[in-house]
Amino acid sequence: MKLVIGIVRPEKANDVLEALYRAEVRGVSISRVQGHGGELERVETYRGTTVQMGLAEKVRFEIAVSDDFVQPTVDALCEGARTGEVGDGKIFVLPLDRAVRIRTGDTDMGAVTPVDK
Amino acid sequence: MSAVPILAAVAEVDSGDTAWMLAATALVLMMTPALGLFYAGLVRSKNTLNTFMMCVAAIAVAMVTWALIGYSLAFDGTGDLIGGLGYAGLHGVDFLPRNDESTIPHLLFMAFQATFCIITVALISGAVVERMRFGAFLVFAALWSVVVYAVLAHWAFGGGWLAERGTLDFAGGVPVEMASGFSALAAALVVGSRKDYGRQALLPHNAMYVLLGAGLLWFGWFGFNGGSGFNTGTNSVLAFTNTLITPACALVTWFVLDLIRGRKATAIGAATAIIVGCVLITPAGGFISPGWAMVLGFLGALPCYAMIQWRPRTRVDETLDVLAAHGIAGFTGILFIGLVAQVGWNGLADGLFYGNADQLLDQALAAIAAPAYAFTVTFVLLKLIGAVMPLRASEHDEAVGMDVTYHGEEAYVTGEGAILIVPEDGSKIPVPVADPG
Repeated sequence: MKLVIGIVRPEKANDVLEALYRAEVRGVSISRVQGHGGELERVETYRGTTVQMGLAEKVRFEIAVSDDFVQPTVDALCEGARTGEVGDGKIFVLPLDRAVRIRTGDTDMGAVTPVDK
Repeated sequence: MSAVPILAAVAEVDSGDTAWMLAATALVLMMTPALGLFYAGLVRSKNTLNTFMMCVAAIAVAMVTWALIGYSLAFDGTGDLIGGLGYAGLHGVDFLPRNDESTIPHLLFMAFQATFCIITVALISGAVVERMRFGAFLVFAALWSVVVYAVLAHWAFGGGWLAERGTLDFAGGVPVEMASGFSALAAALVVGSRKDYGRQALLPHNAMYVLLGAGLLWFGWFGFNGGSGFNTGTNSVLAFTNTLITPACALVTWFVLDLIRGRKATAIGAATAIIVGCVLITPAGGFISPGWAMVLGFLGALPCYAMIQWRPRTRVDETLDVLAAHGIAGFTGILFIGLVAQVGWNGLADGLFYGNADQLLDQALAAIAAPAYAFTVTFVLLKLIGAVMPLRASEHDEAVGMDVTYHGEEAYVTGEGAILIVPEDGSKIPVPVADPG
């Protein structure tokens, strides 16, 4: 059981979701984050003040999956988020100790397997 | 010696009419930033500034072209198709009334008409927001304001063939509403859809801007319609009052349709209904009775609502539905005059219901000729501009958003991570920054 974290461009978030659904990965949390990862920095000007934007808007996906699903999830993130330019983001795969589904008390494998209503 | 005739002519300027027209001109100018707000709310947050800036740019570009040549082509002389160049560069546009019927200074008449040209150019931007290059839009705005707006303004207002026939268009069903609506359709077809159109949901980012923009537009519209009589006489009062009545009735219809369709009365739908109502009464304002103005609001909203429901199911990304809200509503309003105009109310002509079928024919001619001219010329114009420069942003720029791409600014900048760029010789030492090399 792993936690897959994907940090992607906000404009690619919908493409990533689409790719995840297609890979039948259905349990997803996303949040808006700001980060600095080496992209060419934007310069913006507000009246007399010129600034370099050192942080870029990103969307962070958190997906808890069983081991069999790790590779399809990573593939889907790559496929959905890639533009080929600097700033496409990163994927981190972390070990996951426990997972609990609050509604039923299911743990681990049972908790990360989506249920069909 | 020459002071005497000038004084005599100046005496023909009516102070009351002039006072109202000064205020009306300012009201109409305010409609363009209001439209910017309305449009900006309807797009995604990354395109907020660009969308508003297209309206701001319309003020800059169309005012200049109008003063240089547009006003002259629209209002100099009574040629069938186009005016002359006598007023080019505002030559001879002064403090005397422009003709015997006018009671306001010529200069003020020009200024009032200028605000119409400006907002019409701004309206078309609704068809191409979120993907058209800003520079290409500026070029388009400059040319369109002359080859389409000035020509249609001449037809309807400046003594051209429609005005000569007796087609009734109080405040711009021809040059403003139908021209912008059908030009918008052509522009959407030439520029093409946004890259995610029809594949992903592209939603309005701020419904409050939309409502506030619609409210300010309605307020400004009292100057737009109420000023189009160019005086404080009966037609002006009628148009002013009808501008209150028709949008209210269009709102009622919109609520009912929304409730039937989705069981909820939507806010953005209400904002749209206000615009549709104002457009419906624009051509008809000073010509139809308040009773018929109510009917126009109730019934005229129907085709516009249908169009707004249908258009997103097509492949045409006419993004902010300028065709439905302006083209179709303007078309409906122009035809409606031909049915219900009453001499008793307008002092000019009856419509079909009051025994004058010819009026409907004159109205129908305008309803065919104006859309055909606007669509065709806009289509060709954009094809020509497109042959010289790219019309739309690259896919990458479209994804990042127009605000950062063309203006180097964001509407909702947080300031986090923004590093001040200090001039080389500055005394302050800049904060160290992570540099990935």
